[in-house]
Amino acid sequence: MSERIELHEPFSDAAQQHEAGMLGMYVFLGTEMMLFGGVFAVIFVTRALHPAEFVAASQKLHVFIGALNTGVLLTSSFAVALAVAFARAARARLAAGLLVAAAGLGLVFLGLKAFEYTLEIHEGLLPLFSRPANFSGPVEHLFMNLYLVATSLHAIHMTIGVVLLTGLAWRIARGGVPLPGRVALVENSGLYWHFVDVIWVFLYPALYLAR
Amino acid sequence: MTMDNALERRPNPDDLNDRGLSETQDERVSYLRAGHTLRSWLLTTDHKRIAILYLISVTLFFFIGGAAAALVRADLLTPQADLLTNEGYNRAFTLHGVIMVWFFLIPSIPNTFGNFLIPLMIGARDLAFPRLNLLSWYIYMLGGLFTVFVLIAGGVDTGWTFYTPLSSMFSNGHVVMVAVAVFVVGFSSILTGLNFIVTVHKLRAPGMSWGRLRLFVWAHYATSLILVLATPVLSVTLALVAAERLFGLGIFDPKLGGDPLLFQHLFWFYSHPAVYIMVLPALGVVSELVAASARKPVFGYRFIAGSSIAIAIIGFLVWGHHMFVAGQSMYASAVFSFLSLAVAVPSGIKVYNWTATLYKGHIELDPPFFFAASFIGLFVVGGLTGLVLAMLAVDVHLHDTYFVVAHFHYIMVGGTVSAYFGALHFWWPKMSGRIYPRIWGRLAAIFIFLGFNLTFFPQFILGYLGMPRRYHVYDPSFQVLHVLSSAGASILGVAYLMPFTYLFWSMRYGAPAGPNPWDVRGLEWTVPSPPPKHNFEEIPVVTGPPYDYPLEREGDQGEAGDAAEGNAAEGNAGSRA
Ligand code: HEM
Ligand SMILES: [Cu+2]
Repeated sequence: MSERIELHEPFSDAAQQHEAGMLGMYVFLGTEMMLFGGVFAVIFVTRALHPAEFVAASQKLHVFIGALNTGVLLTSSFAVALAVAFARAARARLAAGLLVAAAGLGLVFLGLKAFEYTLEIHEGLLPLFSRPANFSGPVEHLFMNLYLVATSLHAIHMTIGVVLLTGLAWRIARGGVPLPGRVALVENSGLYWHFVDVIWVFLYPALYLAR
Repeated sequence: MTMDNALERRPNPDDLNDRGLSETQDERVSYLRAGHTLRSWLLTTDHKRIAILYLISVTLFFFIGGAAAALVRADLLTPQADLLTNEGYNRAFTLHGVIMVWFFLIPSIPNTFGNFLIPLMIGARDLAFPRLNLLSWYIYMLGGLFTVFVLIAGGVDTGWTFYTPLSSMFSNGHVVMVAVAVFVVGFSSILTGLNFIVTVHKLRAPGMSWGRLRLFVWAHYATSLILVLATPVLSVTLALVAAERLFGLGIFDPKLGGDPLLFQHLFWFYSHPAVYIMVLPALGVVSELVAASARKPVFGYRFIAGSSIAIAIIGFLVWGHHMFVAGQSMYASAVFSFLSLAVAVPSGIKVYNWTATLYKGHIELDPPFFFAASFIGLFVVGGLTGLVLAMLAVDVHLHDTYFVVAHFHYIMVGGTVSAYFGALHFWWPKMSGRIYPRIWGRLAAIFIFLGFNLTFFPQFILGYLGMPRRYHVYDPSFQVLHVLSSAGASILGVAYLMPFTYLFWSMRYGAPAGPNPWDVRGLEWTVPSPPPKHNFEEIPVVTGPPYDYPLEREGDQGEAGDAAEGNAAEGNAGSRA
């Protein structure tokens, strides 16, 4: 590594600082996992309590849009993984471009999600927003409540991720992030993005494929 | 400060004008002198100063929560509802519980003493993420602000447990606001836990292997694991309750197909581990106090360290013991009962090992020893009554009675609060640089012990006789015991105020403490009191085990005292004496 890496106070060498940053991110993601873990627990309990109604409610979701979104997210994760590899190789422009591409795919995901929500509003299926709502029964209502909670919590994480990746790409393009010296920043942002992706990979079957 | 070589720079010890690594001469002398403005405190990233910020704010909340307890105890003096209305009583005990649990017990020892001591004990200059550490204090204060707002706006009446459907459908108080407060303060816990985990993994001084970590650090490591894994579950649960209240979500509402018991599962999945968040750091403190009192190597170091981790793990598997009579399946209850008995084993291991450490130790009756000894006694009573409650058949009789109240107060107040004061008395000379009058420390410890037992022992009997918890109108036959308890509480209240007088006094009039006033081992006792801003002028190199007090064999006499003098710099070859 040619350029000098900025060391922050408690650290005495660059490797230590890098590892600490990574470990911090992993611990944080562990926390996030437990946060979503609570949501998943609620989904599974509801399913165990009302198996038949739960399946019926799940069949009303737009499984095609969900599948498309899964593909979009997985592709974006691929772009992020490439960006990390290029950042390690100090190919700053390519890395920045790939991060922008990933963030763009994230926006596509959010757009599709919004489109799906509007469809559901018209079908009278989205709690809070559909007026009048028409649910076939309390469990379907409950299912859609859970669906809204889980997917909007995920969408919030996606939005944070999009902002994160765009900001990072901008800083790299401007030369504010010396590579590969500060590759940890790219790696950590990438980890976060993959995590949000993985959460979706579990949400999708738990909600859409429960039929 | 940003370059490698600057971090290695070390001043000439004889030249007071040589600042070395510090930015100013005063920083080299003491973290307390590195800036006197309010700004230098409120924007500090020094773990020691943040610890002081926490010490002040946590203690403040302790007294606010204590005031609520005083109201509760005053109301219970008579069997009628004369001081508070029913609603008022419910609000008083709820605020007491919420403030004590989330704003005192959980942050108390980790965020003050853990913050101050972990870097010193592992030979680091700060926590891994100093700015995150400051952020955690601000988040804590924001949560505190919400709570104070709720307090002024009229309070909540759900109890600290927020059981549904009371909290989600029927309660009239500011439930959402309190949920927000606890949600917010949870992030402060998570950040602290994350910081501790990374610090212990990555910032240990050369030679400081895992087997050489102090037991205090092990306990905080275990606590941090619980903090980061359990707290988010509470966050999401409270968010669901708030959403249920605001939008009629229905997850906990049977009318909509939800399940109210699910709330209890989620809540206790966090809150049983959380009781270990409250007590594990205290167990770590007591391990230190015991070793320091005995001036002997700790008996069974590996077992004490391992038992902290075991408690953290098993503690996640016992939450169902709060729901034995809530309609949970009988088979689940039997498993939870068994696991609850199992979690007592590691706690028992600690108590046995402390006792063995004290055996034939060179005990001096210093205040920290008094606090440690009362901790051990009260923790044993609290733990054993926990076992009583974990027995299915017995719990049917004792659930939701004062017996439960007494059980957890023995652990949380008799245990954790005693350890908090013990830690304050043990490390005060290090934090402030001053000695306080020992006789007052001993007296305070004795009064706290007596006041505590008078307050809470009668509650075991009350509960056994059938006095339900959270009632303020009760059968007149219970009055004698309630009056005893309230009398004890007033002694306890005065006893808790005592340390603040002589500790403040010592800040001005106390003699300088010197680096090692108790004559004990440990890296934090090798640096000046108060420590310089950067803790260590040179990162120490650790060459020996912790607690390497001289070993005596049967028949040896007199050697110990002299040897201790020369060895004070615990296996710390590199640092200057
Ligand atoms: C030795 C291990 C322990 C066992 C076996 C145990 C067992 C129990 C049981 C069975 C209950 C439920 C009683 C009921 O509601 O009917 C209970 C309640 C409680 N315990 Fe423990 N306990 C232990 C340690 C602790 C510790 C270390 C703490 C705190 C630092 C603690 C704090 C509490 C609290 C706060 C409650 C009551 C919660 C409420 O309903 O408001 N326990 N314990
Ligand atoms: Cu419990």
